[in-house]
Amino acid sequence: MKKLLLGLAATTALVSPALAELELEKDELTFGFIKLTDMAPLAVAYENGYFLDEGLFVTLEAQANWKVLLDGVIDGQLDGAHMLAGQPLAATIGYGTEAHIITPFSMDLNGNGITVSNEIWEEMKPNIPVMEDGRPQHPISSEALAPVVEKYKSEGKPFNMGMVFPVSTHNYELRYWLAAGGLHPGYYSPDNVTGQIGADVFLSVTPPPQMPATLEAGTIYGYCVGEPWNQQAVFKGIGVPVITDYELWKNNPEKVFGITAEFAQEYPNTTLAVTKALIRAAMWLDENDNANRPEAVEILSRAEYVGADYDVIANSMTGTFEYEKGDKREVPDFNVFFRYNATYPFYSDAIWYLTQMRRWGQIPESKPDSWYDEVAKSVYKPEIYLEAARLLVDEGLANEADFPWDSDGYKAPTPAEDIIDGITYDGRTPNAYLESLSIGLKGDQKIVGSDVQG
Amino acid sequence: MTTVDPEFNADAAKEARRTRLFTRINAADKWFQILGLSWATPVLKAAAGDNPRAQMTEIWRLLVVPLLSICAFLLLWGTLAPKVQTSLGAVPGPAQVWAEMVNLNEDAQAKAAKRAKFEAMVEKRNQKLIDTGRADEVKQVAYTGAPSYYQQIWTSIKTVFFGFLIATVVAVPLGIAAGLSPTANAALNPLIQIFKPVSPLAWLPIVTMIVSAVYVTNDGWFAKSFLISAITVTLCSLWPTLINTALGVATIDKDLVNVSKVLKMNTYTKVTKLVLPSALPLIFTGLRLSLGVGWMVLIAAEMLAQNPGLGKFVWDEFQNGSSSSLAKIMVAVFTIGIIGFLLDRVMYALQSLFTFTNNR
Repeated sequence: MKKLLLGLAATTALVSPALAELELEKDELTFGFIKLTDMAPLAVAYENGYFLDEGLFVTLEAQANWKVLLDGVIDGQLDGAHMLAGQPLAATIGYGTEAHIITPFSMDLNGNGITVSNEIWEEMKPNIPVMEDGRPQHPISSEALAPVVEKYKSEGKPFNMGMVFPVSTHNYELRYWLAAGGLHPGYYSPDNVTGQIGADVFLSVTPPPQMPATLEAGTIYGYCVGEPWNQQAVFKGIGVPVITDYELWKNNPEKVFGITAEFAQEYPNTTLAVTKALIRAAMWLDENDNANRPEAVEILSRAEYVGADYDVIANSMTGTFEYEKGDKREVPDFNVFFRYNATYPFYSDAIWYLTQMRRWGQIPESKPDSWYDEVAKSVYKPEIYLEAARLLVDEGLANEADFPWDSDGYKAPTPAEDIIDGITYDGRTPNAYLESLSIGLKGDQKIVGSDVQG
Repeated sequence: MTTVDPEFNADAAKEARRTRLFTRINAADKWFQILGLSWATPVLKAAAGDNPRAQMTEIWRLLVVPLLSICAFLLLWGTLAPKVQTSLGAVPGPAQVWAEMVNLNEDAQAKAAKRAKFEAMVEKRNQKLIDTGRADEVKQVAYTGAPSYYQQIWTSIKTVFFGFLIATVVAVPLGIAAGLSPTANAALNPLIQIFKPVSPLAWLPIVTMIVSAVYVTNDGWFAKSFLISAITVTLCSLWPTLINTALGVATIDKDLVNVSKVLKMNTYTKVTKLVLPSALPLIFTGLRLSLGVGWMVLIAAEMLAQNPGLGKFVWDEFQNGSSSSLAKIMVAVFTIGIIGFLLDRVMYALQSLFTFTNNR
């Protein structure tokens, strides 16, 4: 059936060579995004005319926060959006707003950081080993933060940190980092969705672009957010990034491009065309060893996209990262848009997010491994991705070798040395993975009131 | 006794011209007042040679003092602003704000060029379709790029007038009813009292939910975001018109009301011939207040809901946090202020047009 569809699509492309495009069911589309550098594939597909090449007339609209963006996609005001990977998954399993959202395209790998305010940094610094040249040694474990949190606790002050959305990568990464160093970030339960049950560190939601302002105001002592809002804190002199997510988990999956299942069903060719344009944009972003990045930074620095200063965005987008002011280090893979199959929607990536939802109680009851597999398969759609990739290869716009044609959707297990706490992740065995994590729910454990039972 | 002095005639003619000139200046004065250019009258009069000393005091009061105060403000701003350091650098002074205004203008021109390119592309696509015999698929596609600053201003102005129009259509009849009938007044009064103080920020979520639920079509006449902003404006700007209309209608001269009774006027004639003309000055006062409130509310609504317009521009710039953001926001602040002032003048001019002939 898939072969037949592919064949059909190919013939339609051949029938109208003048336009060299699919028969589009819908060609005027509006996509939402949040002001973050990892929306780059959308901006590039627009500015480089990849959408137009597919016959798509796309409007890109910045959204105020992740909630507004998700609601926009669900109620049809937006046809699709740059989304947190957790959003389509949470919506599909009915955590938060319920709707069946799918993703045919994963937008990038890595790209986040955890930043603390200057005062916290000063208090952490004595606990961090230094290198020969006197600079702090990275990656920094949250063990260095633990005594600070302890001090605040003993003074009766809550230790607040920010993340961008309850099901965001940032929430899970911040939690992962804290837990890896022995700090408890708190549980969720069906009747307490603050996520602060039994917490050492209290996490709350702040929209990405407001993070630096909130940190400056003293409401939070640190945050986990995507770029350029960590580098912005360095430029503004209000905070110090302590760790990038690349150091937390090498090449971890980040944002996805989300559309509703109905959209994909009603407009299959449009979905393919959008995916084609996005794949081309991602390829362009990583081409020739990031040669196009400066141009991409210029596009992103325009007011209608991310809008921050060129220098701030360039810091992370061109393969470096500045920790303390002046402490600029090479992180060539800080933003990965195409290499390492970054755009292929792997089921194992989806399952990692689901394990974190279970770990922190957003999924209140234990689920069998098969459930994780089913949910991942209902949300992540590599078949659409591969169909789009095939069309690009046939048109001579992409290399056959760049795509994992025979993948069953599961990445090889992440080796222990690629993750900060040295715990291997294998997407095929989510329950066993949960067992191996020291802090977090496992097995049949449940939150009742404010206690873990089972 | 005949005078054959030619000088006399010339003098008389000159005197007549002078008088005519002054009559004209006086007539123009009415418009100058309306347009906020009242300083033009003494300037013209002085130029025409009317008692320079008296005109000078007028010019001093109407032109020089305001100019001086503006200069003093700019000077104070220019010296104090650089002393306040924010995380985005020093607060921009008048020079930076002006530079940003020029930037925005250039940006608008660049965007216009991009737009033209886009439209050419759509044209080419349509031509291709026609050539390949698929003429039925030809369609015009609206530009998909980011709006320029001027387009955002225009969006805001359109939205505020649309919301204000709905408010007027609702408020004037209700106000007349409340003014004419004590029963209607008693019915409306509690609602007015409760809803009048509600902030736009509270209306916005309600309006958003309702519009999203009711207005489901995606390709109707209006964009959803436009309707949401406009209706929020309506809900907040309704009250001054309503209250002033009711007040204006309720305080019509009793003699006039008696006359209408004697003449056995029906309600329609009574409203159109008697109530409306008498209440117009107050209705217009209400409308002016409403439009002012509407403009303020609109900016807040656009900021919160990210609906296109000046409010979104401000919010986007706040989020961008680039080194030019603060100056851009200040440009927007001045734009908002100046447009608000112009809107008020427009309403004042309308009011004068309708009411200054019979100022009852």
